[in-house]
Amino acid sequence: MSGSRPVPDTWSQTPSQTPSQTPSQTVGPFFHYALTETPGDDLDPDRHAGRPVVIRGRVLDGQGAPVGDAMLEVWQADGGGRYRHPADGRAPDVPDGFVGFGRIATEASSGRFEVHTAMPGTVPGRDGGVQAPHLNVHVFARGLLRHLHTRIYFEDGPGNDQDPVLASVPAERRATLLARRDATTSDASASDAAASDAAASDAAATDVAATDVDAVAYRFDLVLQGAGETVFFEA
Amino acid sequence: MTPTDPTSPLGYRPLDTEAMPPLDHAGYGSTSHRHPDQPAVPLAQTLSEVTGPGPALAGLTEDDADLTTNAGTGAEALGERIIVTGRVLDEDGTPQPRTLVEIWQCNAAGRYVHDADQHPAPLDPNFVGRGRCVTDDAGTYRFLTIKPGAYPWRNHPNAWRPAHIHFSLFGPALVTRLITQMYFPGDPLHELDPIMGSVPREHRSRMIGAYDHTITQEEWALGYRFDIVLRGPEATPFEAGGAGVLA
Repeated sequence: MSGSRPVPDTWSQTPSQTPSQTPSQTVGPFFHYALTETPGDDLDPDRHAGRPVVIRGRVLDGQGAPVGDAMLEVWQADGGGRYRHPADGRAPDVPDGFVGFGRIATEASSGRFEVHTAMPGTVPGRDGGVQAPHLNVHVFARGLLRHLHTRIYFEDGPGNDQDPVLASVPAERRATLLARRDATTSDASASDAAASDAAASDAAATDVAATDVDAVAYRFDLVLQGAGETVFFEA
Repeated sequence: MTPTDPTSPLGYRPLDTEAMPPLDHAGYGSTSHRHPDQPAVPLAQTLSEVTGPGPALAGLTEDDADLTTNAGTGAEALGERIIVTGRVLDEDGTPQPRTLVEIWQCNAAGRYVHDADQHPAPLDPNFVGRGRCVTDDAGTYRFLTIKPGAYPWRNHPNAWRPAHIHFSLFGPALVTRLITQMYFPGDPLHELDPIMGSVPREHRSRMIGAYDHTITQEEWALGYRFDIVLRGPEATPFEAGGAGVLA
């Protein structure tokens, strides 16, 4: 860190600087009260944007330790494969109230997260192709100086075999992008838990608990480093 | 991504890796077990990457840009009152209107309103330290807040973070997402901070707000200007009608 110092660190930015991307910095450990209270982990509270799914998993570091201060951001299409965005001409057909965005903090002690959402449809790809249903995921955490970008596909999703992004990943690592049907966590027990929460809150929550009985459960662990490391993309 | 291919939407320029910190930075201990070992897999941008939540969120967000009073107690936060304002631009210098800017910070004593912050400095009941606003038609945002303090952390012996404000921006697309920190000019802790120091030296000044006396308001608050530059669109214009053809 010694040696010549052509630009002292204490100089600030100047209007004459050529625009150049502002460097990324870590989200740090203290973001929760600012970022994850809304919109939270339920992307489709009205349960009308597609088939209800719940994805449960953990974020793990290179030693297998839970990452209890990560934030996941999910961006996805609705059940018809449409994004709520001006670049998608079909955006007006996205069901009212469905943005397709969620922000989830991992649980401090366990690194666990849950995403309640609608199964996205297939999405237009490049060159007239089609992309299999997927969630786009950004991972932020203390210790990540830039966020990581990955996708969650579904092991039983249609068109995984023809998906160009999956095909671009080395075959032996492809499985790190697949959410697995979760037989260990019964949907019934999950909805029981939701129902007991709901009993203490309000009627809207009760509705959610009721419809979650039908949610298809998946499991997806995010491994930041080492054995089973999740594939991350640079787009 | 040619103009003759109507299914390949206009993309964004690549991440400027020269200006970005590496994921593995020895001076910052928390990176050691959290950075991927494998290189990122290149992903040619699709509708999934050139869309993003930014436009929708901007439309849903109410400005909450006065951090000196938004604790809602009816009293003002303690500290040196400052105005932080600037423009959100892309790499062409094009202002980014109607885009969400979120900030969070510690209080004047260097303490966050967060359970995990155990620094024995006082909390301020009249300061939460979070705010958000949507840029105007000129791409300008503006916050009123108090100058955050420095605080210790356990990265290395006698480690202190320089005063900073966390900034979160979405921009128009998934690939324009940015979380960064704004630092204050003239801080001797800059040279000692491995998080700021993770960025190549010639790019660090882009993270340091400028004191601007034209922003300073007489007998009220000091002014800082901090512009933020997001990834810009590819230079090749997209000719084939854009959005509608994706339906």
